[in-house]
Amino acid sequence: MPCVTDTASLPAGAGENLTHNVQPLLHEIRHALAKLLEDGDGTVIDLRSLPLAPGEEQKLLDELDQGEVTAQIQALGPTEIIETRYPGVWVVVHFNNDNEVVGKFIEVCHIPALLCSQQEDIREGLERLSHHLLEATT
Amino acid sequence: MTETELLLWVRGPALQVATVIFLVGVAVRFIEILMLGRQKDLAEARGSALAGGLRTIVTRSVPDRGTLQRSTFNVVAGYVFHVGFFVVLLFFAPHILLFHEVLGLNWPALPTPVIDATTVVTIIALLAVLVHRVLHPVMRFLSRFQDYLAWLVTILPLVTGYLAFHRVGVAPPPTLIAIHILSVELLMVVFPFTKLMHAVTLFMARYYNGAIAGYKGVKS
Amino acid sequence: MSKDETLGEALRQQGISRRGFLKFCAATASMMALPPSMVPAIAAALEKARRPSVIWLSFQECTGCTESLTRSHSPTVEGLIFDVISLDYHHTLQAASGTAAEAARETAIEENYGKYLLIVDGSIPTANPGYSTIAGVSNVDMLKEVAKGAAAIVAVGSCAAFGGIPHAHPNPTGAVSVSDLVKDKPIINVPGCPPIPVVISGVLLHYLTFGAIPELDSLSRPKAYYGQSIHDRCYRRPFYDKGLFAEGFDDEGAKKGWCLYKLGCKGPTTYNACATTKWNAGTSFPIESGHPCLGCSEPDFWDGGGFYKALSMPTEDISRTAVYAIGAGAAAGVALGALNRAKKAKATKAHEKVTINDLEKGN
Repeated sequence: MPCVTDTASLPAGAGENLTHNVQPLLHEIRHALAKLLEDGDGTVIDLRSLPLAPGEEQKLLDELDQGEVTAQIQALGPTEIIETRYPGVWVVVHFNNDNEVVGKFIEVCHIPALLCSQQEDIREGLERLSHHLLEATT
Repeated sequence: MTETELLLWVRGPALQVATVIFLVGVAVRFIEILMLGRQKDLAEARGSALAGGLRTIVTRSVPDRGTLQRSTFNVVAGYVFHVGFFVVLLFFAPHILLFHEVLGLNWPALPTPVIDATTVVTIIALLAVLVHRVLHPVMRFLSRFQDYLAWLVTILPLVTGYLAFHRVGVAPPPTLIAIHILSVELLMVVFPFTKLMHAVTLFMARYYNGAIAGYKGVKS
Repeated sequence: MSKDETLGEALRQQGISRRGFLKFCAATASMMALPPSMVPAIAAALEKARRPSVIWLSFQECTGCTESLTRSHSPTVEGLIFDVISLDYHHTLQAASGTAAEAARETAIEENYGKYLLIVDGSIPTANPGYSTIAGVSNVDMLKEVAKGAAAIVAVGSCAAFGGIPHAHPNPTGAVSVSDLVKDKPIINVPGCPPIPVVISGVLLHYLTFGAIPELDSLSRPKAYYGQSIHDRCYRRPFYDKGLFAEGFDDEGAKKGWCLYKLGCKGPTTYNACATTKWNAGTSFPIESGHPCLGCSEPDFWDGGGFYKALSMPTEDISRTAVYAIGAGAAAGVALGALNRAKKAKATKAHEKVTINDLEKGN
């Protein structure tokens, strides 16, 4: 599970559950899941666009917990992707090369777009493989 | 003028001017009344004027039964908005900060939701009082410009304060705060020249009446 | 790296995959406070974007804004300099100095006339242009000259945006903001003392991505970052609404994380992204660390009545005024009262009592 930067400067209990944004967020995720089931349309929620009190983000992530899938991408720094215990609900955290968080999203979809191989990359890979095979025969 | 400049002006020079006009006005009128003096009662004292005077200041705060029966609306609505106004003015935390800064006094505040509800009740009472004044034929006949002006400068701080606290989107929040402070400054400036002076003179009037009666040995 | 390459080409040249590029776009959207649904549009735009030439002029400033930018982690300042923009002139960050540096600036202006982005930090002194000069050229002159060929100007920091600390009373250098001097170019104000690092880089990225100015508020600040007040996004707001305030920096209320209104917090009248974007890669912001908001992204915040004076307090000394006013009023009251009494006495005297002598004398 990606580690959230610890804002433990406040004593325990202070600021917890204060924005009361955790429950509404979970409801939003529930709606998105229903929509995914019905239309097949995905939803992306930017966790960093919402005010969350210290401890609330962790509470949300704890509630979503870890499911069957863990994936790591290495592109412009690591990206950690997990499927939560609710299938279709994924947590995507982008880090840069200095291991600082540059993006944190909840994606409600069949699979986060970033995990799919991209057309341009496939094309480029095909070229490399063809070239490699050509070299191997000569 | 940017909203920041307006807010700073309102909290600074404008407040200075309003304070001067308010205090000079009230002081002048108060002293003038005192110096008018009262006619000397040449009869022999049969009771204490002082005791009578002080007692009446307190007892006149409760309406007598006859008035209460005849003008129930005026008494009840009047009490509600007066009490409400003072509760909001004196027991809202940011206001106490203001008084602490100017007077050096401090006292506990009431929970903000209580103040919020009180504000609404007070505004409703003030609106009811205006409606009554306009609809009741005698009240309407007696009412002059000054009566409506006094009503306006009393309700404005309550309404603008409510809008500022709740950051209602009619204007950017700093402007809402500035308008609220401005409405209070308007009240201060208008105060010494209108019947709002009753806030000060009521104590003098009650004392004089009580003193006269007390001197004669009569309960007032 | 050639300036004629698009950003997409440049990144691919560096061996960054399409997947990596999409990750960059997602992070960029988040940083520009744009919804994730805009990522495809951003990807399309960035693919075709060309790196603009950027000239950074530092005037009467403390270099805090540059320091802030170098703390930007997304993208990193190196990433910004080498991939996204072409930073052709910057005192602190450039390798060249002296005449070589000035020559670089002049070349950049010439080659990109009408298209370069001008970034300014620091206020501009006008009382005596000699107060702040670069290579013998006054700030006023340099700003006017470089602004002529700029496509847009970004005033970074409260000094460039509003005059900042030099502008505070009594403003001995006659410091003014960029928008006080330049009237004919689009200006984006990015205030803050300093501004949040990713806000600076986010604004630059927006310009790069869309080639246009982001939506601005009445003080020319990007609404994406300055559209909400601190108060409306503060996690301590429920305490304000309930009336639970810290009375000091170390009391019970402070330890419980209560609202800092009484300690002078300017959150209600300050617009910035501190409460959501936060500082140090989202670690914390002043209120979360227990200090009231200074209001540093607002004009004249240094003169705003004092950092520790609550918004409901007067900014000047009212007590003294009150004492003088009561004194003066009392004196005037006594004088007027005496006049009244004299008038009354005169009137009484005018109606003198009739004595038996008068009656006998008369009829």
